[in-house]
Amino acid sequence: MGSWRVIPEHMPILLDGLWMTLQISACALLVSIPVGIILGLCRISRNRFVSFIAVCYVEFVRGVPLLVLLFWIYFVLGKILKMGPFLSGVVGLGLFSAAFIAEIVRAGIQAVPRGQMEAARSSGMTYFQAMRFIILPQAFRKVVPPMASQFITLIKDSSLVSVISVVDLTLIAKNVVATSFRAMEVWTFVAIMYFCVTFFLSQLINVIERRYRVSE
Amino acid sequence: MIQIKQVSKSFGHVNVLKDIHLEVPESHIYALIGPSGAGKSTLIRSINALESIQAGEILVDGISVHDSKTDINKVRSNIGFVFQSFNLYPHLTAVENVAIAPIQVKKVAKEEAEEKAKKLLTSLGLGDKFASYPGQLSGGQQQRVAIARALAMDPKVMLFDEPTSALDPEMIKEVLDAIRHLASTGMTMVVVTHEMGFAREICNQIVFMADGRIVEVAPPEQFFTNPQTDRAKDFLSKVLNH
Repeated sequence: MGSWRVIPEHMPILLDGLWMTLQISACALLVSIPVGIILGLCRISRNRFVSFIAVCYVEFVRGVPLLVLLFWIYFVLGKILKMGPFLSGVVGLGLFSAAFIAEIVRAGIQAVPRGQMEAARSSGMTYFQAMRFIILPQAFRKVVPPMASQFITLIKDSSLVSVISVVDLTLIAKNVVATSFRAMEVWTFVAIMYFCVTFFLSQLINVIERRYRVSE
Repeated sequence: MIQIKQVSKSFGHVNVLKDIHLEVPESHIYALIGPSGAGKSTLIRSINALESIQAGEILVDGISVHDSKTDINKVRSNIGFVFQSFNLYPHLTAVENVAIAPIQVKKVAKEEAEEKAKKLLTSLGLGDKFASYPGQLSGGQQQRVAIARALAMDPKVMLFDEPTSALDPEMIKEVLDAIRHLASTGMTMVVVTHEMGFAREICNQIVFMADGRIVEVAPPEQFFTNPQTDRAKDFLSKVLNH
């Protein structure tokens, strides 16, 4: 039963891996939020061409496995644009997540009653003013819960970047298991580490959600 | 003030507006009445281009509303519109609901716009509701906030699309009183309503619509005591005798 010693012995390196996981997730998030919002707005645009492009993007990205997308970005796009594993991982995860955020944003905007846009436009606001001051603030409140679960999914999906040699928590764990042969202990502990991060995040989002509900 | 000339509109094969002519002079109040599906709401919504039209022309203060060269946002800022379902902004307080369009559209300073919003709300009997959110207000209070919101832009024309239809009976009076008060200030108004007593009391002309047409236009006394068309007689016999 002395086998759990493997964890404290490798703690520094496991924490390094966790740090990389958090970094790549945060960077991917920073890519996916603006791209996702813009795609979501394009999706509901009255301009057929613009919305068609957004639909194609969303459908294509959702229809390809993330693993394949990561391989493609790393080995094809990455070779052309000279992107290393980290950048390829950020772009892959970010663009993948953006497709889902686009759908969340679209649903959030469409959940705001039509009368809100009519009221805003009939008072002389432009389409963009109405979006900015009337529609999006209401849509934002509606998208907090699904957005939160998307962020949590993103952190979990980030474990796949280990296959394009990003040294994240999963890759470190794999290496530790390979040298120590303590698969049960290491994978159990790593699972708990992922869980702690996502649980902390979901609690944080609960707090944010409650605050917004009070002010409504 | 409002000129509606040969306006037609159809949804697919259904003609909802057929060759509509109507002129509303300045400071006059016109009521649009008629059975549901007559095109009343479509007509009033087309006056500020919430609905498009397929033929004809609508002028408000001399400006063609549906002309693609017209700056529609500018035209709309001169037209107050009050909806049946209020459509207040739920994430903003009463004062913010009233002040946001002057701030964003007319670029009025925030303090000035909010000061004016408070005056308007007070004049509508909402002096203690400045910081309330729409969800905390009754239907009648919400509709009065919506009237204040429309008035905040200093409109030349006010349009009301069934302003009391979504209200509980005991709240109808407070909203009608607000509109009555507005009438006494000389505001040009068009009101779609099912409140016959109210229409008879404050309106200069009753416009009776059925099946997408204007069937009869007459002063209220004449319309209610001696309607000229069978369609109007039939309608009045149904709404007045119950």
